[in-house]
Amino acid sequence: MPAAGIDVGTLTTKAVVLDDGRVLGKCILRSAENAEAGALKALEEALAQAGLKIEDLKGIVVTGAGRKFITFTQKQKTLLSCLAKGANLLVPTVRTVFDVGGESSTVVRVNERGGVEDSIGHDRCASGTGVFLESMAKLMQMPLAEMAKASLLGEHRAEVTSMCAIFAEQEVISHVHRQPPTPKNDIIKGIHGSMAVRIVGLAKRIGIKPEAVLVGGVAQNVGFAREMEIETKIKLIVPPEPQLVAALGAARIALEEKV
Amino acid sequence: MPYFAGIDIGSRGAKGCIIEDGKIVSYFIGDTGPESVKTAWYTFEGTAKPVGLEVKDMTYVVATGYGRVLVPFANENISEISCHAKGAQYCLPSVRTILDMGGQDCKAINVNEKGVVTKFIMNDKCAGGTGRFLEVIASVLGLTIEQIGPVALTSTEKFPFNTVCAVFAKSEALTLLKKGTPKADILAGLHDAIATRCHNLLKRVNIEKDFTITGGISKNTGMVAKMKEKLGLEPVLMEPDPQIAGALGAAVFARERWLAKQGQPPQ
Repeated sequence: MPAAGIDVGTLTTKAVVLDDGRVLGKCILRSAENAEAGALKALEEALAQAGLKIEDLKGIVVTGAGRKFITFTQKQKTLLSCLAKGANLLVPTVRTVFDVGGESSTVVRVNERGGVEDSIGHDRCASGTGVFLESMAKLMQMPLAEMAKASLLGEHRAEVTSMCAIFAEQEVISHVHRQPPTPKNDIIKGIHGSMAVRIVGLAKRIGIKPEAVLVGGVAQNVGFAREMEIETKIKLIVPPEPQLVAALGAARIALEEKV
Repeated sequence: MPYFAGIDIGSRGAKGCIIEDGKIVSYFIGDTGPESVKTAWYTFEGTAKPVGLEVKDMTYVVATGYGRVLVPFANENISEISCHAKGAQYCLPSVRTILDMGGQDCKAINVNEKGVVTKFIMNDKCAGGTGRFLEVIASVLGLTIEQIGPVALTSTEKFPFNTVCAVFAKSEALTLLKKGTPKADILAGLHDAIATRCHNLLKRVNIEKDFTITGGISKNTGMVAKMKEKLGLEPVLMEPDPQIAGALGAAVFARERWLAKQGQPPQ
C-alpha cells in the first residue's frame, strides 16, 4: 500500500507518493500563505499523478519548517530524520547530507540504516541559504540559473569574505565598481564560494564523511555544487530532484511505520 | 593655544573634532564617500573652516575609524575602539560601559577612569545590531532612518521577532505590512530584537555604571529606550553629540601624544 510524505518548506512545499521504493507521484509548489491548504494541494497533485486517492494511502508523514501548521495528518517527523531516510533511499552508502534550502542550511551525518548520527544547521541567518543567493542574483541582475552557469566560467573566486548577506552585497558592489572591475564570472564564483565556505565550515564541526549528497533547492545550482566540491574536497552526489529528498524520506517513514 | 584634531572615518559617517585647551572648538558629521582621501579632507574642512582654521593650524592630528589609514594630514592613527572609549570617558568621566552602535558594527567596551579600554567585544560579522539593519528596515517601511525610533515608541503592542538577520527581518516585515500590522508594532519588535542582541553583547563585558551609547544609533530614541529597558540602567548620553565620541577621543589622544613628545606628562 502506498504512502505519502510532505515537506512544508519556507519557500516551497513538496509532496511525494511512494510505494515499494518507487515514486508514483510528486509535486513541488511555492509555499502558500496557508500552509495546510498548500500542503493539501501538493498532495492532491502528487496523488493525481499516481492515479490514487487519499484513501488509498497507508499513511502521510509531514516534515519541514511549516509542519506544525498541518492538521490533516498527525504524523510529523523532523526534517533531519526525513533527510537522512530520503538520502539513504537514493544512496544507501550515504554518510553525510548537505541540505541547502530557501531559508536554512543543514548538515546531517547518517548511519548505515538511514538514521541520524549527528547534525548541525542554522535557520536564523540568511548566510548559506537560498535567500542569500536570491539577493545576490537581484544585485547582479541575473536569473539564478544563468548565474549558476556563469560561475562555472569563473577562473578565480573574487573575495567575498562577509557571511552576512547585507555586508556581502557591499563587497560585491565594490568588485563591480573597482578599476578595472572584477570579471563578472569571478564575482559570481566568489559568491557561490563564500556560501560553500560557510556551509562546509559548519559541517566540519561534525565531520564530513563520504558518500556525501547535496540536496535542497540550492543543490540544483551547478555553480554552487562545484564550489561545494572544491570546499569539501570530495565528490558530491546531487540527486535528480534534490529538493524532494526530505519529502521522499517522509514518505518512506510513512511506509515503514506499523499501522 | 595649540589646536588638536581628531578625524574618525567610519563605515557610513565621517566625523571631525577640534579641541583647544581641552574644550571642543568645533565638530562636524558628514557621510563617508567612496574615496577615503577625499572624505578625510572634506571632513577636516567641514570641521575647521567654520571656525576659520586650516590644517597648518593643527599641532597634532590623530585619525581613527575604518578609513584611518587614508587620512593624509594625520600624524598618527589609533584604533576606533581606543578612541571611542577615550572620547566617551573624557566627556563623561564616570562612564565605565560603552555600547557603540555604528553603521556597520556594534561594540561593547569597558573603560577605566583613565579612559583606557579594559575589555571589549565586537560584532562586525552580521548586520543585526548595526545601522545597516535599521537602514534596510526603514526603507522597507518607507520611513527615514530618523523617523523609525520615534515611530517605534508609539507602538502599543510590539510584534515579536525571533531573528536579527536583516534579510529575514526584511521579508517578515513586508509580510506583516501586507497583513496590515501597524508600522509602529513592527518597529517596536525589531528594536526589541536588536536591543536583546546588544544586551547579549554587553553581557560578555562587564555591565557597570555609568552606561553610555555612542555612534549614530544613539540618536535613535526608540533604541535608547529599549536599551534602558533591557539593562535596567539609564544611559547617559554625551554632549554635544554622541556620534563624535571617536573623533573627540582621537583629538584627546592627539593632545596627549603631542604633550608626551614635548616631554610633558599627560593631564
